[in-house]
Amino acid sequence: MQANTIQNRPIIEVKELSKTYPGRVEALRNVNLSIPRGQLTTLLGPSGCGKTTLLKIIAGLLNKTEGNVFINGQPVNGPGPERAFVFQDFALLPWCTVLRNVAFGLELRGVPGKQRNEIAMKYIDEVGLTGFEKAYPYELSGGMRQRVGLARALAVDAEILLMDEPFASVDEQTRRKFQEDLLNLLKIEKKTVVFVTHSIEEAVYVSDQVALLGPRPGRIMRVINTRLDHAENVEDIRRDQRYLNLVEDLWQILRQYLI
Amino acid sequence: MSKYKPKTKTGLFKRIAWRVLSLVLVFGLWEFAGRKPISIIFPTFTSTMVALMNLLIDGTLLSAYAVTLVPLAIGVALVGFLGIVFGILMGLYRSFEWLTLPVFIIVQSAPMAALIPLITFLYGIGLGAKVLAVVLMAAPVIVLNSYRGIRNANPTLIQMGRSFLASRTQEIFKIILPDASGMIFAGLRLGVAAGFIGVILAELLITPTGIGDLITYYRALALYPQMFASIFSIVLFASVVVSALQRLEGILFRRQQCTS
Ligand SMILES: Nc1ncnc2c1ncn2[C@@H]1O[C@H](COP(=O)(O)OP(=O)(O)O)[C@@H](O)[C@H]1O
Ligand SMILES: [Mg+2]
Repeated sequence: MQANTIQNRPIIEVKELSKTYPGRVEALRNVNLSIPRGQLTTLLGPSGCGKTTLLKIIAGLLNKTEGNVFINGQPVNGPGPERAFVFQDFALLPWCTVLRNVAFGLELRGVPGKQRNEIAMKYIDEVGLTGFEKAYPYELSGGMRQRVGLARALAVDAEILLMDEPFASVDEQTRRKFQEDLLNLLKIEKKTVVFVTHSIEEAVYVSDQVALLGPRPGRIMRVINTRLDHAENVEDIRRDQRYLNLVEDLWQILRQYLI
Repeated sequence: MSKYKPKTKTGLFKRIAWRVLSLVLVFGLWEFAGRKPISIIFPTFTSTMVALMNLLIDGTLLSAYAVTLVPLAIGVALVGFLGIVFGILMGLYRSFEWLTLPVFIIVQSAPMAALIPLITFLYGIGLGAKVLAVVLMAAPVIVLNSYRGIRNANPTLIQMGRSFLASRTQEIFKIILPDASGMIFAGLRLGVAAGFIGVILAELLITPTGIGDLITYYRALALYPQMFASIFSIVLFASVVVSALQRLEGILFRRQQCTS
């Protein structure tokens, strides 16, 4: 009975959250948002609307000004083991190999060397970087670096993956391939994902629901269910009429808030 | 891998050619000015080189350097260790910075060389005074570079560490210090260059020993080719040491420089 209520409850709840940066930049105003367990929720909005701010507050990396964030019912006071972050600019240690970068979260947790390398190798394989474990970040393309960032986040086995525009610094073809791979990966790894993007196509392509943020100060304008049936072939989604309609619908909604 | 190598073979050849050309030009001008002559004390390039050869062969230079390098090595080792530790602490702990940064900003902008004659009053004319001269010259850049390296450690990497639950100790040893190491080493290189100036000034201004003694001695005897040869040797020696350190730095911290 009790287990059941926990399962049905949103894994992340954001309640009346506001954030004002020093210097009176009001980044978020009264944000309310529920993020269901096991789904991919996208925060979509124009640049500067506070998406990163919201994600980093959920991650416990930034302090809120008002309101609260709950993870599994517990208020957030800082980073935690049930959350892992994927950074927009990758945040890889340039002096470490791919292997050590992927294992870095485990290294910080004191997992012994042999064990953490085994785990890291598994995820290096999952993100498609087999053979590159001895390479250094400067030897990799942007897309490959972000795969390292993703593998590092997966390796710590967190329930929640927080991804801040993970494909923004990656070229178009690589990005499409990466989006497909991400969807395939998430079929294996059951995760709750909060995904930040400013691309409508990307939002519709990857997510189960999209939270639209309006221009500064960031507020949640609408939450839209965009669940396409991902169970089939991820390569077919872009030709799916429902996908095309949703992209157009979202654009019609977003354009009202522009100007 | 090979495509990451910055220079091709012909590029390297070109660079060497340009360097040789610029050296030929400078030495040619020197020879010309010496022959003209622009001043009776100014020797030609060739006579300076002949004197340099002789000083090398009869061991004069060697024994002079054996003396000069002692305070330099002691001073650089001292300030290299203590200065780096000091700079790192300043970078890591606000309270420490607050205490010491004003001193260092003053020290950095004041002409330290002007203090060297004062050392004599306080520390006499022995080895200690010369070591102190090296320390005075080298410390500001070593400390400030270490401090800046720590302060400018990539904030995204620090945030990454926090998101993966790094303790403060882990943050310092696994992220901040490795990230700052390139800048700290660069400070050490600049410190060695400044230390050379310190030790030569000390040998000229405090008591003549080593290479400073040679310069003073040949000037007194009006043996200008020998005097210029001594000066030339110290310039050459310092540039060789400092560029070797720079080369080493490039090899050690190549990875840091390539990605953010
Ligand atoms: N550290 C900061 N100090 C002051 N203002 C900030 C800071 N970080 C972000 N901002 C401002 O807050 C707003 C939201 O930023 P951000 O969350 O990065 O937006 P997004 O990720 O949607 O592009 C922007 O206007 C930005 O200029
Ligand atoms: Mg952002």
